[in-house]
Amino acid sequence: MALVLEKHKMPEQDPQVRAHNFQEVALGYDEETAVAEANRCLGCKNPQCRPGCPVGIDIPAFIGKIKERDFDSAISIIKESSSLPAVCGRVCPQENQCEKNCVLTHKGESVAIGRLERFVADYQLDKNEEVKPIEFAPDAQKVAIIGAGPSGLTCAGDLARKGYKVTIFEALHVAGGVLSYGIPEFRLPKDKIVKREIDNLQKMGVTIEVNSIAGRLFTVDELMAEMGFDAVFVGTGAGLPHFMNIPGESLNGVYSSNEFLTRCNLMKAYDFPNHATPIAMGKKVAVVGGGNVAMDAARTSLRLGADKVYIVYRRSEAELPARAEEVHHAKEEGIDFKLLNNPVEIIGDENGWVKSLKCIRMELGEPDASGRRRPVAVEGSEFELDVDTVIMAIGNGPNPIVASTTPGMDTNKRGNIIADEETGATTKEGVFAGGDIVTGAATVILAMGAGKKAAAAIDEYLKSKK
Amino acid sequence: MFKIMYKKELSPGIFHMDIEAPRVAKKAKAGQFIVLRVDEKGERIPLTIADFDVEKGTITLIFQVLGASTMQLSALNEGDSIVDFAGPLGQPSEIDGNMGTVVCIGGGIGVAPVYPIARAMHEAGNKVISIMGAKTKDILIFEDKMRAISDEVIIATDDGSYGVKGFVTTALQQLVDRGEKIDQVTAIGPGIMMKSVCDATRPLGIKTIVSLNPVMVDGTGMCGGCRVQVGDEMKFACVDGPEFDGHLVDFNNLMSRGRMFREQEAKAKDHVCNIGLGR
Ligand SMILES: Cc1cc2nc3c(=O)[nH]c(=O)nc-3n(C[C@H](O)[C@H](O)[C@H](O)COP(=O)(O)OP(=O)(O)OC[C@H]3O[C@@H](n4cnc5c(N)ncnc54)[C@H](O)[C@@H]3O)c2cc1C
Ligand SMILES: Cc1cc2nc3c(=O)[nH]c(=O)nc-3n(C[C@H](O)[C@H](O)[C@H](O)COP(=O)(O)OP(=O)(O)OC[C@H]3O[C@@H](n4cnc5c(N)ncnc54)[C@H](O)[C@@H]3O)c2cc1C
Ligand code: SF4
Ligand code: FES
Repeated sequence: MALVLEKHKMPEQDPQVRAHNFQEVALGYDEETAVAEANRCLGCKNPQCRPGCPVGIDIPAFIGKIKERDFDSAISIIKESSSLPAVCGRVCPQENQCEKNCVLTHKGESVAIGRLERFVADYQLDKNEEVKPIEFAPDAQKVAIIGAGPSGLTCAGDLARKGYKVTIFEALHVAGGVLSYGIPEFRLPKDKIVKREIDNLQKMGVTIEVNSIAGRLFTVDELMAEMGFDAVFVGTGAGLPHFMNIPGESLNGVYSSNEFLTRCNLMKAYDFPNHATPIAMGKKVAVVGGGNVAMDAARTSLRLGADKVYIVYRRSEAELPARAEEVHHAKEEGIDFKLLNNPVEIIGDENGWVKSLKCIRMELGEPDASGRRRPVAVEGSEFELDVDTVIMAIGNGPNPIVASTTPGMDTNKRGNIIADEETGATTKEGVFAGGDIVTGAATVILAMGAGKKAAAAIDEYLKSKK
Repeated sequence: MFKIMYKKELSPGIFHMDIEAPRVAKKAKAGQFIVLRVDEKGERIPLTIADFDVEKGTITLIFQVLGASTMQLSALNEGDSIVDFAGPLGQPSEIDGNMGTVVCIGGGIGVAPVYPIARAMHEAGNKVISIMGAKTKDILIFEDKMRAISDEVIIATDDGSYGVKGFVTTALQQLVDRGEKIDQVTAIGPGIMMKSVCDATRPLGIKTIVSLNPVMVDGTGMCGGCRVQVGDEMKFACVDGPEFDGHLVDFNNLMSRGRMFREQEAKAKDHVCNIGLGR
């Protein structure tokens, strides 16, 4: 068979149309395209893709099953290593992981591993198979999970399948973590994907208690001493927004990306006033930052009716930490990238509203600790960007509520919980942790992987205690 | 679902509701708040824990009907339920038995949140002088409750229909003038009132604690919408507060940010009225 050098194109909504709606941008392969794309895979003896996957999915094997049109086996293979394939197929930075080292990249584009993963995951979700409730032994041990993000959901699912009675405590009124409040509908549909994954967990027998803020409603010690839990997993994420500490950040019209995206995704402000939560914004928006969060905030602004949306990022295009696909989609939709620019001040009008964003131009100097060239300000190059809304998407830190109320569970100087990389064990017996609260803001797949490892370790721990 | 166990209109537009939330009641402390959502399309709104009853498992809320969400809440009755209720949130008030003489000031609806704090200070053995402010006599709330836990109560009405004519600061000045030795002031009310109290106590060097009410979304430190400027630091009122040293608070910024969603709030209120949700 002749080598096809390019990935099969992903059917997408037209950029002009999608910039004004919240429906999913990428529509997914159909069966024929999926099989044709799978046929590009050489089924390497020594596959380079697999070591690139943080959870070690047997990639050539599942792609092989797609070639045979045995989609059920394909998804079973993925599910041996991943619990949320419909999510990860959509949001993983594949170009830095599995697809980075695919042998085909020597000649052309890699196999579209992510798109194939999504295809088989959606195939299975669309079958709406009945989820069998697990029958728990009357004396089954109990595990509490704090936080219903990808790490907590995964840990819960794995433990329930092993026969443990699991309760997830979630602070917000909806489970899902960033999948529900952060990543927008147009990239990760809530009812179609996220809610279904969560519903399936509940059907299996996992209890989810929303509106339950650990550290306020109960402490970790109380979970174990009074509420009858034998072990606890902490997966509270990186939910504390950073600001730049520049003048003007308290002006009206300035948001953290978390607030902006939460209003829109979780509270559905795009359907205001049907949904009661408002977003107040103008027509010209600057989003500060260059990661997925910044792309999401920028593209959401556009969909909420902004005429002009800038990404302001202090390094150059090559250093943008966002997934390549998101940057590409953002450009197609008309987002204006102001690269090598750093905000120094937000200027307000007489009513306390944002009037402009004062920036300084940057140039790349010597490489810094991260190996990326350090941006240095060009003296005297300040200028004002005419905007009325500014969204800060420069990163999130750990929320201290759980750690500060859990004596014996140590954190590092940044406030992240210290946990063993292989087991998630913290310095407190019976307490495990994983995901962004341990690593700092990272990815869905890493959080999911941490939840899986911790579930295995909790199983070991509880067996030894029985 | 969280059931409304009791409802009463205390004065026009001001409601008392007891909500069944046993786990929250068990943990609640003076100075803390909850976040609730009335229905599936509702907004998350913060309300102070005005009282709690561990035995009955209820939390008392006192709220003023201002816009869409409070209007919707006020339209519910005993036996109805709301979808979400999360708390207790925020840092509890710092209270011990060695505070000396404390003046607790509540302006308007602010009397409700000041009540549990004043009560706890009183129970801890401190001398509590309460100042209650209202526009006019008819809308004064919690008078009996405040009298029961205060060594002295002074009432100030804008129109002079009851007590001292003037603002809470007028009453505070009277205390100062008569030579009362004040160790701390705790003031809760509209931003402008708290600002005036702080302006009055600053030159006198009286420690003044205020409870801030910026717009909130999650109430857990996740959105940063509740950020306030305290001294040269940015604080998140929902997790670092809501109480702060009033002499360090940038009230102008607080009040300006309180107006950020004004246009949308008016729209939401119309919407609720039009579809008949606000009774
Ligand atoms: C806008 C945005 C876009 C992103 N895009 C991508 C992407 O494209 N690809 C990718 O791989 N990654 C992306 N990420 C990162 C990814 O979403 C996170 O790394 C991942 O969700 C972390 O999972 P987690 O389980 O550790 O925590 P989270 O998803 O943060 O979930 C933590 C949960 O714990 C809850 N919680 C916190 N404190 C408490 C408490 N005290 N009690 C009870 N519950 C509590 C929170 O409410 C939350 O629901 C993005 C992140 C954001 C914000
Ligand atoms: C910690 C805290 C404790 C509070 N305790 C009480 C209380 O015990 N009793 C009481 O009557 N009110 C209290 N408030 C204020 C109350 O939350 C608002 O009045 C309510 O949210 C108004 O909602 P609405 O839709 O009815 O009115 P809207 O028309 O939406 O708003 C009216 C005003 O309320 C403020 N507001 C609006 N939305 C929010 C929000 N999500 N969070 C905070 N403020 C908002 C705005 O400044 C606005 O000007 C408290 C606020 C905070 C932050
Ligand atoms: S490296 Fe590429 S071609 Fe080889 S097995 Fe993996 S996906 Fe297939
Ligand atoms: S309300 Fe969101 S951080 Fe305080």
